[in-house]
Amino acid sequence: MPIDILMPALSPTMEEGTLSKWLKNEGDAVKAGDVIAEIETDKATMEVEAVDEGTIAKIVVPAGTENVKVNTLIALLAEEGDDVDQLGKGVGQDEVAAGAKGAEVEAPLAAQAAPASVPAAPKTEVAADPDIPAGTEMVSTTVREALRDAMAEEMRRDGDVFVMGEEVAEYQGAYKITQGLLQEFGAKRVIDTPITEHGFAGVGVGAAMTGLRPIVEFMTFNFAMQAIDQIINSAAKTLYMSGGQMGAPIVFRGPNGAAARVAAQHSQCYAAWYSHIPGLKVVMPYTAADAKGLLKAAIRDPNPVIFLENEILYGQHFDVPKLDDFVLPIGKARIHKAGKDATVVSFGIGMTYATKAVAELEKDGIDVELIDLRTIRPMDLPTIIESVKKTGRLVTVEEGYPQSSVGTEIATRVMQQAFDYLDAPILTIAGKDVPMPYAANLEKLALPNVGEVVQAVKTVCYK
Amino acid sequence: MAPRKTASVSSRKSAVKPVKKDFNGGTFADFSKDEDLNAYREMLLIRRFEEKAGQLYGMGFIGGFCHLYIGQEAVVVGMQMALKEGDQVITGYRDHGHMLACGMSARGVMAELTGRRGGLSKGKGGSMHMFSKEKHFYGGHGIVGAQVSLGTGLAFANRYRGNDNVSLTYFGDGAANQGQVYESFNMAALWKLPVIYIIENNRYAMGTAVSRASAQTDFSQRGASFNIPGYQVDGMDVRAVKAAADEAVEHCRTGKGPIILEMLTYRYRGHSMSDPAKYRSKDEVQKMRSEHDPIEQVRARLLEKKWASEDELKQIDKDVRDVVADSADFAQSDPEPDASELYTDILI
Repeated sequence: MPIDILMPALSPTMEEGTLSKWLKNEGDAVKAGDVIAEIETDKATMEVEAVDEGTIAKIVVPAGTENVKVNTLIALLAEEGDDVDQLGKGVGQDEVAAGAKGAEVEAPLAAQAAPASVPAAPKTEVAADPDIPAGTEMVSTTVREALRDAMAEEMRRDGDVFVMGEEVAEYQGAYKITQGLLQEFGAKRVIDTPITEHGFAGVGVGAAMTGLRPIVEFMTFNFAMQAIDQIINSAAKTLYMSGGQMGAPIVFRGPNGAAARVAAQHSQCYAAWYSHIPGLKVVMPYTAADAKGLLKAAIRDPNPVIFLENEILYGQHFDVPKLDDFVLPIGKARIHKAGKDATVVSFGIGMTYATKAVAELEKDGIDVELIDLRTIRPMDLPTIIESVKKTGRLVTVEEGYPQSSVGTEIATRVMQQAFDYLDAPILTIAGKDVPMPYAANLEKLALPNVGEVVQAVKTVCYK
Repeated sequence: MAPRKTASVSSRKSAVKPVKKDFNGGTFADFSKDEDLNAYREMLLIRRFEEKAGQLYGMGFIGGFCHLYIGQEAVVVGMQMALKEGDQVITGYRDHGHMLACGMSARGVMAELTGRRGGLSKGKGGSMHMFSKEKHFYGGHGIVGAQVSLGTGLAFANRYRGNDNVSLTYFGDGAANQGQVYESFNMAALWKLPVIYIIENNRYAMGTAVSRASAQTDFSQRGASFNIPGYQVDGMDVRAVKAAADEAVEHCRTGKGPIILEMLTYRYRGHSMSDPAKYRSKDEVQKMRSEHDPIEQVRARLLEKKWASEDELKQIDKDVRDVVADSADFAQSDPEPDASELYTDILI
């Protein structure tokens, strides 16, 4: 059987080209890899190599022909045993002029198929928080201790869990979150790294791809910008790109957002950035109990989890239930305070403004329902919508920049899914649209404040 | 990790031990008949597979980017001959040859190239993103240099688990200039991780010649400031590659830390399918093909030693063509992934 030589596509977008030159004549023998012709595309002149061995029986499209469509028959190659002369006569110029032969080649599926309808995004049910048995002792704990306890408990439970990062071991953590871990678990599992975020993030992801469970601490998430390619392109996408064969069960954690007086390069909230990426989970707790229960969940999660902490919250005390294994569900918001007049949604350090504002508003007779989002991705929209159905008013509070913020995302979705329940436009309180200034007075202006939240809630309540 | 003593300035010695062995022009053990026949078949499979992939690309069955490995076959085939079960392989986007050498099925690779459900990644990864847990192949990475840190992480996992497996981390002369490569070298040397950094120097980073992009063009010395030893290897001679691989694997398995192998190799085709390769002369390509072709070298040896007749080699060629043709047929007839696959494998 003779082999059809077709006009090749030589770039992702090429549809036709000029067959500028034949380098082999009818009757010539060719081997795989021999250059047989030159083709001019809109970008360049390209060589066409033979894929098969044989004899050129017939040149169907002569040199110099312009606008030859991709997949048109341009020559016939006789294999061993074929009658070259006979084949040469077989194809006439008529067929060439009609350009019909190429059509016999089945076009790739994507080109043929009508666009399928987009399947609906799957909805995942997230379990509610576990019940805390009556009589459980509540222990006043700092967020710092809660995070440390979560890591220690998970490291005791699973030998594949280890923590790596700058100053996590001998120095006991730049912010003392890993205090005591080196002493308990040793240098094999508590690993000081060089100051090379890009590199050690990649090392962590590589180790996770084999099934280990790294906790990678960034001294702050500002420095994770050096590693963002490994976080997004390697950690978040591998499960999809491998058709589900392997992923990266890894936690990237560390302080995020503005600390105090450390200026623009060290004061930025990355919640919205990471929440943009399919394949990541993004957690941002406020209380010590949530920090503990969610970090334990993050370490056990088979997916890459971005765990955003806050330096200012590290020293704050909250009650944490004294339970053997306190694990909270990722993807579930928590109603911090029930109310009926307006809904405020916040997360992380944003909650410090929200809680104070709610207390002030109470004095003015406005009963706010305050939702602590806790997880930014996957986002627990049902809890927000349930609340909005009740209150008809929504204000979001965060420290990050205002454009494309978590608040604008919530506002968009609530507008789309609960428009008829809204009695006022949604207001979003965020940091100002400026790099963080150093001067104390300017820094204060750049961050949200309680007064702004109070005013926003009064505005949506038309008071 | 325990802190390590750092040498004082006064006691600092020459960073890299003198290279004793010569894998580029020196002599090394000949292959046995079986080894030569095996290498011939494996390299030919990659060559024919890639030619077919190029053809399917031309017909529009393969989309996007497609980087062919033609000319570099001896590198992966020689390296693979030194491995044992559990050793890991990771590379960049010119990855078809690595996967075939790892024993991943030609059907699975080709169907992934055409974006079909029978592809190794169910059609969701494409040419640059394929993986195999079973064959310990960790991709297939499209971001130049990213696989170097990941491969170092594979070696980290081996050390953490206390096994003696080795991570083969491949990258090109272009990736060798990325910053994270040196971050990885530092950690690998510091923690004595079992990783072989295989720098496939095919002389061009896309269209930029090595000498136009690299201040130090001897890539085997790129680990010098981390005390990582390195060898230059004739990457067109599968025996040289195998000999260097044996040396490097032994180095890693015995806990001596990372090692660099610079493979002096050459790609015959353009950087990707749409590259007319005007940055080099036809004579240069022709000279490599006619004088250094990795497959022709083995073929000549097999005939000279009378280990195979022309007919027997023709039969191998036919067998290989059959495998490739079967993979191409499968890759064209297998259905595209079901629309429901759009939303699977994002999270577990």
